[in-house]
Amino acid sequence: MSSLGLAIVIGGGLLVTYLTRLSFLALIPADRLPAALQRALRYAPPAVLAAIILPTVASGGPGLAGAPHWLAAVAAAIVAWRTGNTWLTILVGMLLLWVSSALIG
Amino acid sequence: MPDTLPQATKPPGKQRVLQPPANGQPGSLGAAYVFWRGVRDQVPILLGVVPFGLIFGAVAIAEGIPPLAAQAFSLLIFAGSAQFIAAELVGAGTPALVIVVTIFVVNVRHALYSASLAPRLRRLSILWRAPLAWLLTDEAYATTAVYAQRYPDQPLRWYLLGTGLTLWTSWQISTAIGILLGAAVPASWNLSFALPLTFLALIVPTLTHQPAWAAAVTGGLVGWALDGLPFGLGLLLGAAAGLTAGFVTDRLVAEHTTS
Repeated sequence: MSSLGLAIVIGGGLLVTYLTRLSFLALIPADRLPAALQRALRYAPPAVLAAIILPTVASGGPGLAGAPHWLAAVAAAIVAWRTGNTWLTILVGMLLLWVSSALIG
Repeated sequence: MPDTLPQATKPPGKQRVLQPPANGQPGSLGAAYVFWRGVRDQVPILLGVVPFGLIFGAVAIAEGIPPLAAQAFSLLIFAGSAQFIAAELVGAGTPALVIVVTIFVVNVRHALYSASLAPRLRRLSILWRAPLAWLLTDEAYATTAVYAQRYPDQPLRWYLLGTGLTLWTSWQISTAIGILLGAAVPASWNLSFALPLTFLALIVPTLTHQPAWAAAVTGGLVGWALDGLPFGLGLLLGAAAGLTAGFVTDRLVAEHTTS
């Protein structure tokens, strides 16, 4: 790609990304959103994060090949629920992922 | 101002809570304390982000993007998955404007983060809101939204600044190392899996009421079912379905308790 093309990609990418992040903080008054939507937005954190988490966990593939990812994620979710400790959650999840992958592979 | 996010009703003692310094203003936490708390909460996420940045740098070079332009992707666009897709499209010879539109579609979910945090940030001066908006990535939103929920009465600006700058700095350094050395972490380590694990650690403890559960389960299942769609549309539609499920359940619970 030409230098001009790259400049358009980077400049344009900066612009569209920044504008979406700035949208309701500066460009569109969030209090003019319909009340129902404002109320629904309370559930943005669980909705968005789950929609990021689950496809990533499933990306290990179906059947036995994907089993370590599921095992690690389920165990990590239980640790997160019981302890609320981020590092412990990651530690348990990664250890289970490595150990079960090694056992299968 | 409070009550814009679901209340965390986690019983005390179940998790470690840092005590604010005694010299903070009455009723509010000190700026430096909150800033460092944002930094600290972002650190586990870096375990998943840094390998991602290394790979991005390596992939961008492999797609024929010059090193400075590859770094400019991270410096300026600062959006992980959109950068990967853009680098692949550059390598495939896709027209520049088509790539920009693709970046927009992939990143339109950030408007949701913007709207979600707006009730807590909109009264700040534009000199705060402009840089904070630039730092509003998935990772910064994840920690900030959970913090906002736990502290419904506290300002968010120092927290978001700390957590966002931590991510931005690590993203630049890991991209630069990826450009210089290629992907330095073997793919078989699966370190990028630390990212969904961190998100799990953040979100699972907040699932203390039915609407939040409905939002998470629906968002996750729909996002997964539509995962094959282009432009990350699966994530977008999953988030929309999760919001709707949370809202509807919220209504049902409210009707049930009033009737």
